[in-house]
Order: sequence, then C-alpha cells, then structure tokens
Amino acid sequence: MSKEVVSKEKSMIIQKEMIASLSKELSNVKKTGKKVVYTFVPGNISELIRAFDMLPVYPEINALQSGMRKKSEKFIRDAEKMGHSEDVCTYVKCDVGMMINGNVGSGGDVVPPPDLLLLSYTGCFTFMKWFETLKRLYPEVPVAMLHTPYQAGHKITPEMTDYMVKQLKTEVIPKMEKVSGNKYDENKLKEILRKTSITEDLIMKIFDTTKNIPSPIDAYFAGVYYIGPINNGFRGTQEAVDYYQMLYKEILERVEKGLGPITPEGVMEEEKFRLVIEGPPNWTHFREFWKLFYDLGAVIVASSYTKVGGVYDNGFRVDPEKPLESLANYCMNCYTNLNLEQRVELLSDCITKYHADGFMVNSIKSCNSFSAGQLMIMRQLEEKLEIPVGFIESDLVDPRYFSYSNIKNRLESFFQMLEQRKLYSDK
Amino acid sequence: MKKYYLGIDLGSTTSKAIIIDEEDKIIGRGITNTRANYMVATEIARFEAIYNARFSILKMKLENEIKSNPTYEKYISDVESAFQYLQFKHKLEKLRIKFMDTIATTFSDDKREVIKKIVEGIVNTIGPEIRDAYLFSNLGSKNQFFRDIVSERYNAEIKKSESDLFDPLMLVYDKSITSVENELTEFDFKELIFQSIELMNEKYAKLDEALAANDSSIKFDTEINLLQGNYKKIYNSLKDHLEFVANMDLHITNMVGTGYGRALLPFPEKSIKSEILCHAFGAHAIFPNTRTVLDIGGQDTKAIQVDSHGLVTSFHMNDRCAAGCGRYLGYIADEFSISLNELGPLAMEAKKEVNICSTCTVFAGAEIRELLNVGEKRSDILAGLHRSIVMRAMSLLARSGGVKNEFTFTGGVARNQAVLKYVSELVYKNYGNDITINIGTDSIFMGALGGAMFARRSMTN
Repeated sequence: MSKEVVSKEKSMIIQKEMIASLSKELSNVKKTGKKVVYTFVPGNISELIRAFDMLPVYPEINALQSGMRKKSEKFIRDAEKMGHSEDVCTYVKCDVGMMINGNVGSGGDVVPPPDLLLLSYTGCFTFMKWFETLKRLYPEVPVAMLHTPYQAGHKITPEMTDYMVKQLKTEVIPKMEKVSGNKYDENKLKEILRKTSITEDLIMKIFDTTKNIPSPIDAYFAGVYYIGPINNGFRGTQEAVDYYQMLYKEILERVEKGLGPITPEGVMEEEKFRLVIEGPPNWTHFREFWKLFYDLGAVIVASSYTKVGGVYDNGFRVDPEKPLESLANYCMNCYTNLNLEQRVELLSDCITKYHADGFMVNSIKSCNSFSAGQLMIMRQLEEKLEIPVGFIESDLVDPRYFSYSNIKNRLESFFQMLEQRKLYSDK
Repeated sequence: MKKYYLGIDLGSTTSKAIIIDEEDKIIGRGITNTRANYMVATEIARFEAIYNARFSILKMKLENEIKSNPTYEKYISDVESAFQYLQFKHKLEKLRIKFMDTIATTFSDDKREVIKKIVEGIVNTIGPEIRDAYLFSNLGSKNQFFRDIVSERYNAEIKKSESDLFDPLMLVYDKSITSVENELTEFDFKELIFQSIELMNEKYAKLDEALAANDSSIKFDTEINLLQGNYKKIYNSLKDHLEFVANMDLHITNMVGTGYGRALLPFPEKSIKSEILCHAFGAHAIFPNTRTVLDIGGQDTKAIQVDSHGLVTSFHMNDRCAAGCGRYLGYIADEFSISLNELGPLAMEAKKEVNICSTCTVFAGAEIRELLNVGEKRSDILAGLHRSIVMRAMSLLARSGGVKNEFTFTGGVARNQAVLKYVSELVYKNYGNDITINIGTDSIFMGALGGAMFARRSMTN
C-alpha cells in the first residue's frame, strides 16, 4: 500500500515486498503477456481476476499513493485543466492526472493500460463516472459492469445474490474469458477462495486485538497498511496468508508484552484515549495527521475505513464451495454498501467491543459515498452510547483542503473534552 | 492571603481577561482589541482586569457601608471612571506625539504645516470631549477600545475639514494608531488612584459651583446630588480603604489561557485550554441550566452542547467561512463607513429585511452596492445582513445537534442588538417558544471566565 516504513517489523518488510513485486509484475506485462484489469477496492473480486491469471490495478490506490508522495496536487490541477470541476472526487482527478502524465506508479514503474475495466459498483456512484472517464481515455477497452445492490432493506436476500451471480456468469466471466483467452476454471477459483477464507479470519483476529488495553495496534493509521495486501490484489494468494500469519504473530507478541501501537516515532508509551473513527484518512498529510493523534496519546481501536475492502465483523467469510455466491455476498457486504442503520450498528458494536472513549468523523470533502449520512451516524451514536463525538474535515488527496491548524484546533478541543469527561467520571 | 485566578482569552479580534476569587465570583474584567501584537493585547487586558479587581475588592470590602450609604458606591465608581480616563489620557498624549511624527515624515513641506495645525486642533477638541464622556457619561464602563473611542470622534472632526484633506488626514490616523495601541504602559495603581481622586474633587467642586450659579448645562442625578458638598467627607472616610486596596498584594494563584492565540501565551502546557471548553464552562457557570452554547466570535462560530456539569459533549465549528462570524459585521461596517457599534442600532430601525443572497463576505460588498442602487434603505439592508449571519449560525447549531433547553448565546457578537433579535427569533421559530434563551452582560467574557475557573480547579484538584 505504501512505500513508507512505519516500523521494522518483519511483516512490514514482507508487505513492502509484496506491493513492489506486483508493481514489477505489472510493469512486465508486455513481456509476460499478462492481461490487466482495472477495478475498485470496495467489492474487489481479485480472486476472479487471479483465476484468469490476470493482474488487478486499483486507481484509488494509485491516487492515494500519489497523495502520500505529494504528487496529487499537480495531477488534480491537470485534471481540472481538462475540465473536471473543483467538486469532483479528488481520487478521480488525481488518477486522471496521473494517467495523462504517463501513468507512473508509486515504485516509479509505468502502470500498464487496462485490458478490461471491471466496474464493481458498490455504493459509490462516482465509480461509474470514473470509468466513463477511463473509457474515454481507453476507448478500445471493454467494460464489465457488476452492479451491487445496496443493502437498503438491512440484509442480503437470496434474490440479490442470484442477481449478482447472474451478472458474474453472463457479463463478467464471459468478458474475462475473452480478454484473458482462458476458460473459467471453477476449481481454481475455489482453491483461491480457500486462501481468502483463511485471510479473512486472520484479518478479523488482527483487528480484534484492539480489545486489549493498551491496544497493540492503531486500527486506522497502521490499519490502512494492514489492509494493503487484501485491498491491493492479494486476496486469495499464499503471500497474503503468510503475511497475515506473520502480522498476527507479531501483534500477539506485543499483546504478551503489554506494548502499545507502533507509530512513526516509535512505540506509543501511554495510551490516553481510545477512539473509533469514521471516514477515510487524509493522504497528503498522512504523517502529520497521524502525529496529531499519537502526540496526544490517542489510539484508534477501530475504523470504518479499514472495512471498505470487506466487513468481517458480523461473521461473513467466503465459502469456497459456493464461489460465485461468495463473491456476490462479499461485494454486497462492503462497508459503503451497508445502509446507514447498519453502519451505526457496526460502529456502535466497535465502540462497545473495543472500549472506545470517543467517536470521531473525518469528513472528506470530495467523498460522497462516505460523507453522506455521517452527521446522522454521529448523532445516533452520541445518543445511543452517550459518548463524546467529534467532527473534522479534510480531503483524500487534495492538499488544498487540509488545514493543519483548523484540524489541530478541533482535535485539541476534542481531546481536552475527553480528558475532562474522564476526570469527571473518575471522581 | 486570598487567592485569585486569572483567565485570558486571546481571541482573533479581542483579548479578554477575567479574575475570579475562590468562589468563582468575577472580580476583574479587562478587554482590548487584538491587533498585530498578541502579547501586548494580553498584558493590556490583564492589567485592566487587575485594576478593575482592586475596585471590586474595595466595593466588596465596603459592602455593609455601601448599603447604608449609597454615595460611597457612586464615589468609588466615579473614581474608577476618572482612573480609566487618566489611562486614556496617557495614550492620547502618546498618539498626539505619534501624529506629529507621522506628519513630519509623511508630507512635503507645503502640506505639513496645514495638516499639523488641523490635527492639533482635532486632538485639542476631542480630548476634552472624551474627558467629559468619561467623567460624566461613564464611557469607561462601555468596554470601548481606545481605537474606537478616538476614531469615532476623529472621523467626525475630519468631515468638517476641506474635502481634499480628508485622505491625508485619514492617512495620519491609520499610520499612527496601531503602534500607539500596541504600546504597553503599566501604571502605578496607587499613584493613579490619587490623581483620579484629585480629578474627581475638581469635578465635584465644579458641580458645587454650577449649582451655586444655577448652571443648567450640567445634569444632576440623585446620587450626584447626594455627593454634592459631601465629597470631602466621603473621601476622608474612604481614604484608608483606598490606600489598602492600592497597597494590597493581589495574588494570582494560577492562570489559564485560551482562544486562538493561546499557543503564543508563555504558559505551561497544562495551563492552555481549548476555547470550546472554556466558553462552555464559563457560559454554564453563569447559566447553570445551559445545555447548548452558541458563540459567535471574530473569526469563528462555535455551537457547543454541554452536560449538566458544564462539560462539553460535542461541538461544531465554522472556521472556514467568514460569512458566519463577527468579522463579517466588521467588513459590513467598513462597507457602510460606520463603526461596528452603530451597526446593530441602525439595523434595528429597519422596516423590513432585505434578502441577502451572497454567501460570501467579500461578495456581500458588491451586493450591498447593488441594493443601495436599486433604492433599498441602509437599515433594511443591514437587517437582512444581520439575519443572514444568524441563519448561518442556525445551520451550524442544527449540525451540532440543535438547541436543547437552555440556550446561551456568547461571544463578542452577542453585544449587537440586531443579532440578538434574530438569534431569539430564529431559535424560537426552530426549536419552540419554550426554549429559555440566556444572554448575559458578560457574554464576551465567557471564554476568559471558563479559563479562570479551570485555573482555580486545577489548583484545588
């Protein structure tokens, strides 16, 4: 997910190598002849892509990496010159800007153009517009549309699953066969999904370790690195299984020793506040943003953002014996495809389960799929759990919308508010 | 020794200081406008609060005597007015010197003498005017700043001069005021108080003469009638007490700083508190049933929800857009070429509210000119502008969770009558007529009060 090293833990090194190897593999497709599928993180059915021996590319991840590498501002401006308005999602503009500037990815390698645009539509309308734009940039490339029904009725019905399986069979798989030149091999997919299932279990166990006090990990700022492999094309791979086993082992060692989370400046000595955060982080000032929290002894014990690539809290796991149904249900179970009541329930469970002292929203200027309903979510949690809540605003990758002093001022007030309430409840 | 606690609220527009005693009772208030220099503003506010505290202590000390003898209170208030005037006078003298400096370095020989003569004339005219306003109309109690007091009268005077001199005369003022405003002078309380008494004695002597001469130009209220002919006796009985408060060591046990400039205060980290917490705590202390606080400050607006202990449960801020803040009104006042204090009263004269469409402070200027061109009245436009700032605050309130009984309105803008009118109107409209709305006389001091209260608590905890 990122070339930034937050610690010298072995898992971190493995993770970096994984990402680098995918980037190398992608830059070699001309020689190897492997086909490239552009798709999205929410509802990212990379198992299917892998089953056809193709490689996934995630424009969102390219955008966030550009943000972290301080390249997004130019890319966004270039996209705006093309006519994209100020209010368009900055992931889209950053991505478009990167493509028109030679499509050079994080490792310095050129990201190959797509052979297939797999539009998994999970709760974000912008995804459709995004791929319409890509379609104009790559007019010869076919688009496979996978429409994910929103969980408006609070649950996934058999009809919804059937609807999705039908799309996989009649739309996605035939296009993948055609592009890759390979036949759909269900046994191969089942094999891959077996590994996915193990990975999903491990991920849930890892994020569950924040039950410990102190929490051994930061489930947001470090969490975004932890979800890197599954959100970046490694679902269902042996590398992912190995990585998550290693990571889990390391975290358990931290629990054993009673250690707090690792920050870019070392182990957090004193855990003062435990928070649950809703919304993606800001990427352009990721380190500064994180520092504002760890400097004040705040650790994030759960975040909705680390669930965009899959929600496992309520027991969902892929079933290798029902491969297409599993993929369908996985997509429908993404965080941004949950209705607002389900999001409130999920966050509420996290706050209780992980003993959070407060709840905070990072509202993203350009992200509608996250921002819609955030105030309502916040109010409901405040009323239901009587916990302190806070609201800050920034953006994904547009540095023009990150105001350090405004955020710092609000966070200081928020943490002092938590402190005051703690003092009072201790009395 | 009695313990006192200081709260400093270093705002973007004004700096406030509050001193409280061991029972959270406010005994000293100080306020100044925050210009370029935060540190000087803090010190000015702090000195003012300390001087004010000495007067409060004096009144508290004489509580029983004052009950049986109300003239004492009048006498002490009069001395405080004179005290404030003497500080003003000192500054005005500095300004006169600065004016002369500015004139000497700014203008060519031919203009210099003319401008110098006019400016000297203005200072000689407004000096006594302001003196009387302090001594007879209690100007010192109105929390007006040096800049505003002078500029209001200076502007009035230059309007009387020839029109081609208007710009150079404004230039003299603009180039001189800030440095004088930012100059810090610490007065010797004792020395100044006895000078004030002399000044008061002159005033009362004049009253005696005026009464004897049947001069109707001086108004007499009942209290002055009581003082008349009596002041020497009162002075003799108060002398020792005045002496005492002048000499007493006013010991500030602890202090807390808040507001936008708080990081600049030379306080230890634990003595710096967020303004959200301080405003809420202060407002809750004055109105203990408060559950929602709206604070409209110079450069931000805060909607805060508090629990029954005054602890903040959530807050929402607008710190992105000026159109919901006090600075908007400042800008509007400039557009209308009137002072900030005149805005509210003029808006209150409105017969209707002109709808203001611009959501941006800067563009509001253009819209105002348009509206004036199509014949809308100034007061009606102003009413619309006041309403629009309150509408923005209402939207912030809604985002923060709405208004829960009781509702307290604080911040510098709470001194504006038109804003108060619309806040009340819209709060009732949106949240029902049962809502209790609190607006205290100390609303601008809530942050500093909260700070002082935190200072006391951190010592007692």
